[in-house]
Amino acid sequence: MSIIFYLASLIAFVSTAMVVTRKNAVHALLYLIVSLLAVSVIFFISGAPFVAALEVIVYAGAIMVLFLFGIMMLNLGKDSADAEAKLLSPRAWILPAILCMVLLAELSYVFFLHDSSTGGTVRLIDAKEVSDSLFGRYVLAVELTGILLMAGIVGAYHIGKEKRKEYHRYLQVNEEEHE
Amino acid sequence: MNELPLNVGLLLSGLLFLTGLLGVLIRRNILFMLMSVEIMFNAAALAFVMAGAHHGQPDGQVMLIFILAMAAAEVAVGLALILQMFRQKRTVDSDNLNQLRD
Repeated sequence: MSIIFYLASLIAFVSTAMVVTRKNAVHALLYLIVSLLAVSVIFFISGAPFVAALEVIVYAGAIMVLFLFGIMMLNLGKDSADAEAKLLSPRAWILPAILCMVLLAELSYVFFLHDSSTGGTVRLIDAKEVSDSLFGRYVLAVELTGILLMAGIVGAYHIGKEKRKEYHRYLQVNEEEHE
Repeated sequence: MNELPLNVGLLLSGLLFLTGLLGVLIRRNILFMLMSVEIMFNAAALAFVMAGAHHGQPDGQVMLIFILAMAAAEVAVGLALILQMFRQKRTVDSDNLNQLRD
């Protein structure tokens, strides 16, 4: 079981690193899906099967398909990948990489200094328990999430709508006066 | 059942989060920046679930469901913004959005 955990962690990290360094957007997206699936495996073996299923269905399924539609609508070609290759020079990424490595070193120092692993056994928390909590204590947050999703839908529709160039004749007259 | 070390799980979560942060910092393509933000969301959700599993409470998983819903709303609005940017500028390079400078 521990072997599976470390293997899934390794896959998650490597594929995430590949997402950040790819030139082609679709390749990066496929690596991101692999990373999400690996995280889903980690959820499953740490006693959270319901959330593991949600991760695959909603995250790797729905949200990534949304991303794919976005990439398809932008219709980026080979020129974009070449431009990315030019932008991603070592001079551009070496300093942020060093800063992030320092953060990582601090983080691992804290985790391994305070040895918090009591080695407790994993308890299975099934969907019934999660939904009891979700619609019991967190019911207000569920309704707020509904409002957030509604605002997201309306906002995305409003922003993404193709606006027709339509000049009012009075405004046009005014613009000409200003020029 | 088995033993899972909490600090390794949290370390993986931090590693994924820092990779996402690095992606936001080094990429200029705004599509990749949005993807890196998704990576950071996912890392935070992983930390929630690992901590919830360690304490044997369902709260971590509840938080993941909220993060999932928020990520969906964020991606919808973000992709709409990127689409609008591409229509106006014909590029996905975030360096080209500098009208406010002059």
